[in-house]
Parts: sequence; C-alpha cells; structure tokens
Amino acid sequence: MLGRTLREVSVALKRGQVTPTELCQKCLALIQKTKFLNAYITVSEEAALKQAEASEKRYKKGQSLGDLDGIPVAVKDNFSTTGIETTCASNMLKGYVPPYNATVVQKLLDQGALLMGKTNLDEFAMGSGSTDGVFGPVKNPWSYSKQYREKRKQKPRDENDSDWLITGGSSGGSAAAVSAFTCFAALGSDTGGSTRNPAAHCGLIGFKPSYGLVSRHGLIPLVNSMDVPGILTRCVDDTAIVLGVLAGHDPKDSTTVQGPVNSFLLPSLTDVSKLCIGIPKEYLVPELSPEVRSLWSKAADLFDSEGAKVKEVSLPHTCYSIVCYHVLCTSEVASNMARFDGLEYGHRCDIDISTEAMYATTRREGFNDVVRGRILSGNFFLLKENYEDYFIKAQKVRRLIANDFVNVFNSGVDVLLTPTTLREAVPYLEFIQEDNRTRSAQDDIFTQAVNMAGLPAVNIPVALSRQGLPIGLQFIGPAFCDQQLLTVAKWFEQQVQFPVIQLEELMDDCSSVLANEKLASVSLKQQ
Amino acid sequence: MSVHASPTLFMAMAAKEAAGAHPDGVTLSASLGLTGGALRVPGRGDMWARAVRLGLRAPLGGFRAFTAKADAQGSGRVTAEVIEHLERLALVDFGSQEAVARLEKAIAFADRLRQVDTDGVEPMESVLEDRCLYLRSDNVVEGNCAEELLQNSHRVVEEYFVAPPGNIPLPKLDEQESFPHN
Repeated sequence: MLGRTLREVSVALKRGQVTPTELCQKCLALIQKTKFLNAYITVSEEAALKQAEASEKRYKKGQSLGDLDGIPVAVKDNFSTTGIETTCASNMLKGYVPPYNATVVQKLLDQGALLMGKTNLDEFAMGSGSTDGVFGPVKNPWSYSKQYREKRKQKPRDENDSDWLITGGSSGGSAAAVSAFTCFAALGSDTGGSTRNPAAHCGLIGFKPSYGLVSRHGLIPLVNSMDVPGILTRCVDDTAIVLGVLAGHDPKDSTTVQGPVNSFLLPSLTDVSKLCIGIPKEYLVPELSPEVRSLWSKAADLFDSEGAKVKEVSLPHTCYSIVCYHVLCTSEVASNMARFDGLEYGHRCDIDISTEAMYATTRREGFNDVVRGRILSGNFFLLKENYEDYFIKAQKVRRLIANDFVNVFNSGVDVLLTPTTLREAVPYLEFIQEDNRTRSAQDDIFTQAVNMAGLPAVNIPVALSRQGLPIGLQFIGPAFCDQQLLTVAKWFEQQVQFPVIQLEELMDDCSSVLANEKLASVSLKQQ
Repeated sequence: MSVHASPTLFMAMAAKEAAGAHPDGVTLSASLGLTGGALRVPGRGDMWARAVRLGLRAPLGGFRAFTAKADAQGSGRVTAEVIEHLERLALVDFGSQEAVARLEKAIAFADRLRQVDTDGVEPMESVLEDRCLYLRSDNVVEGNCAEELLQNSHRVVEEYFVAPPGNIPLPKLDEQESFPHN
C-alpha cells in the first residue's frame, strides 16, 4: 500500500480498502524502521494519529474532503507549523515552536492530509547536500537499494555503513522521506534548486512552481525574490494533485499573483508533434558526466522520434548566472538573517552586557559556518562602496538572464530540456571534501537560473546509472504555464518508466543497520 | 514536421565546443576558481583587454578562467578594517582565518560579474515587477495574541521583551582577542 501513488491510495481510502489510521500507523512504523536515514527531525506521531482519526470519521460518513484526505505527508523543517517545533536544522531555532501554520501547511491540513513530521535539511536551506544541519546529514535511501548494492556486490545491510550517499539538498529529508515510502508527498523549498536537486538524486518528481503561484507565508525566508515551496512526489499526477491544493493567491503573501488559478488536472498527451523542445547549448558543460549527457541526448531523441520539434537554443548569459545568484542570494540572506537576534524567539546567549554583545554572541552560537559565511559575504556586497558594483550589477545581470528565457520561449519553444545535476549522488565522504559554497556553486549550475527568472521547472527521474543510482532530467516552462509543463512531464514520465526503488530486503529486517545509527560523520567537518 | 537534429545535435555541440575551446582547456572547476593548479598572472593591461573582449561576445560552452585576476585582486580586499566593519554590521564574527579566506574567494567569484555588459539595463528587483502588488484594506482583522508571542522569548517581564542595555558599542578588534572561538 505504501508503494502506491497518492491517487491510488486515495481511491483505496474512499473504497474503504484501507483506513487513514492503518495508513498512518504503517507510515509511522516505517519511519521508525528507517530512522537511520535521518530524514525526519520531528515525527509528529500524536498529531498525525489524531488527524487520521478525524479523517476516518469523515470517510465513514462519506464526507471526505478530497484527494488528500487521510494521506500521510511530510513537511520540510523550514515551514512553520503550529505546536510543532520548527528548527531549520539550526541551533538558532532549536526549541522554537511557531504559533501559526505556514499557508501551504494549512492548506494541506485543511484538505485532511496527515502531517507525519518535519524533515531534515541543510541549515537554513543553505547547501546542496543536506549535510550541514545540526541534526546531522540525511542518507540517501538508494544507498541501501538492491539496485545499488547489487552492482557493488554488497548486501543491503552493511555493518560498516560508511559509504552511504548524500541525498542532495537542501530538501534532502523530504526527498528521503518520500523515496523511502514513509509518506506520499513532501514539501520542500526551492531557492536555487533545493527541491529539484535531491529529487534527481533520490529518483523523485521534484517540482518548482512559478514564483508567485504558491504562498510563501510561513516559509522561513532565504531569498525573498526567489524562494518558492517545492513539491516532492513519486509521480507527476501526485504533484498535480498537491499543486492544485496549494496554488492560489494568499492575502498573507503579497507576492502571490491574483486571478483565477487553472485546474491542474493533467490531460494525457498522446501526440507531441505540436511541441517544440529547446535544448540550451550553454548547459552542455565539460563537467557533465557522460551518463547524464547520454541520457539527455536520448531524451531529446525520444521527443524527436515521436514527432516533436527539437532544436538547439541559446541562453547566452548562462555562464554568469551562478555568480549573479551567489551575489543576490548572499545579499538577501544577510538581510533575512538579521531578524535572529535572540530577543523575541529562538536561541539567546547568556551575555547581558549590551544589546550588541548579546546579539553577536547569540548569532555566533546559533548559526553555523555556512550561514555566517553567507551573511558576511552578503554584507560585503551591500556595503556602500560595493553596492553598485555587486548588488545592482547582479540585479542587472538577473534581468539579462530572465530575458534570455523570455526570448527563447518567444521564439516558439514550449519547454526546455536540460540536465538537473552534473552527475548521480556521490558518497558523503567524497562530498564533504569541498566546502559548502564550492559544492553549491557546482551543484546548482543547472537549477538556479530558473529561480532567478521565476519560472516553473520539474525534475523527472529518467533511468539508473551504471552504478544503479537515479539520474533525472529537468524541464523548464514559461512563467505560469505550470500545467502545460507538468503535462509534458507526465508524457515523458510514462515513456521512460523509471524503476521503483527496491528496499524490501532492508525493510524486512533492519536490526543490524539500526544498530549502527551513530553517524560517523560529524568529526569530518572542516571548522 | 520534425527536425531530425537530435542524433547529431549533441555531437555537433561537442564538436563546436572542442574546436572553440580555450587553448588551456578551461574546465568548469577552473573557471569557478576552484582548482589550485598553475595560475597565470597576466599583466594588468592584458587582463582588462581580455575582460572587454569577453564581455562583448557570448562565450562558447560558457566558461573562461579568471582565477588569476581574481586571486590577485582578492588578497587585497578583505583588510582588518573591512573585517571589523563587517563584523559590526552583521553582528556575526568571522571566527577564523579560514572564514576570511572564504570571503575573499567569494568576492573573487563575484568579480566575474564585471565581464558582463549591462549598459542600459535596468536592475531587476522582482520577476513580478509588471504586476500590481496586492494591498489589503487597512482594517484590523487579527492580533490580540501578545501572550502567544511572548511565550517564544527567553526573557520577558510582564508584556515586555527584555533586552540588555543598548548604545554600548562592541569593543574594537584590536582591543579584543582576534577570532574568538566558542
């Protein structure tokens, strides 16, 4: 049952083949079994069971709220949730219990979804590996899959467990939670690719909606002009269901657009001959792994062979987008992190000599190196003498990048097809050889331009690599054409038939893995 | 009508890339200033001429190394004065020489923006700049939650958040231990 799609389970619930409570209990048990993945920071067992009870009553009366009623979901820990600790994987917010729900969380709850818990992430969503949070790194479930282990001639249960793979980030916990079947959908956030990157590494659909389509109220902000809530599911139809619930104007978020929201019911495309697929040539970089490159090429061939028009296009400012993103991101972060001073919420140090001393020490104790580094960089770019040369300049370059996309879409292209990541998931020990900023600059290369232009994009898992790990490709659409984008994505998903992760052996008896819950990771971090 | 470009599309792109590649074989990692390999240090005039050329044409496959210029410039930017200024503005300390080095790298990275010709381009603040912001009517519809809000703070007295005394500046950098650790 847990391996089914959201839609299938919803039907089963309506037919009484399974009850919300059973579903909830199964998921909770699985969360316990897969605790070693470190996907969840907080498991809201009591709340979920209560919600399940209420849902069950509704189903008995035949009054279900909709497709999401009774469906277990998880939420990234940078979304505020009433009564449930929200930490952003940071010491700064450890113990912080918000008095309100983020709008997207509220919308899910209003539809009867069961909130299983808050998932792990990089601290304040800064990072591309889900390795830099205070609760430790998240392990990619594919590390324990039959597909991966068989290639390495290893049993799924390894006493050593030192060569596990990262999930990607920063929504790695959400990705691991969905990938390991502990929930049917999870919310992530996407500022530079933070939903699509882990989706690619964990073999999931990772969707970034158009900026302004989904409310950010309650999403602890990183970069106000680029953040959006992201959706992680195991199939495109499920994403469409969740998007249908979340999209729409929110009076509490003035950056959401007004006007009627189209239904996100996805038609089944049978004929792609009217489609024009664009392949941006600047995305073909030397660092792209040959396997990803080959899959990208095959995907283009697939569209071509089915009658679509496939053409090379140019996004000339691509090479500057990561730099531009770096400047804008750190600048906005410097501003957004200023609210954490220990006075009204969050961590507070013991120093009492002066406000400034208290703020400074609180922030030193509360933030990790990555966050502090970005705050300092951002402040540098915002200094009076640097403002014009860096911040304003980056804003101008942002316009050029956004215009690149507009020009391409105006030239008749319906959807762009690009890689999502440079390569498949790497082992944690390899990943931490470089620092956070370096990794982010490398890993965000295909994903962050989309955030700067505010466009919708989605990762679709395509095939397994030679090592048995997921590789995904990204589709990018014009602004507010989310439904069309997902329609194309759904067609493509049906063509590639990405395999289901095989975790059965691991699920049956996890005792030896559970015994090795101690993560040998912490001491290897650079200071 | 389909365009049978795909089988050769990637080969064509790869061929172009190989033909037009920088003689030094610039890779992504080099252009991101990440390799510790041999760095050329061209003369200043040479660097600026190159910057002008690069700014005016779209680089093929995208990436040109500018590590040499960046590193030469980077080492001068983050002086003790700048460090102190930033620490005071951000109320966050560097903590180590490594953090300073990281900032220098970040600045060097950001310097590559200078290569872009942005004459006549307006800064973009939001992708929704063409739309009207939603403004709700100026009526009080919620609030009265002082107790709830006070609960999240570590130090409150009645309905006040308690702060230490203000207007006391932090000690100057040379008056305190450099890079205090926790």
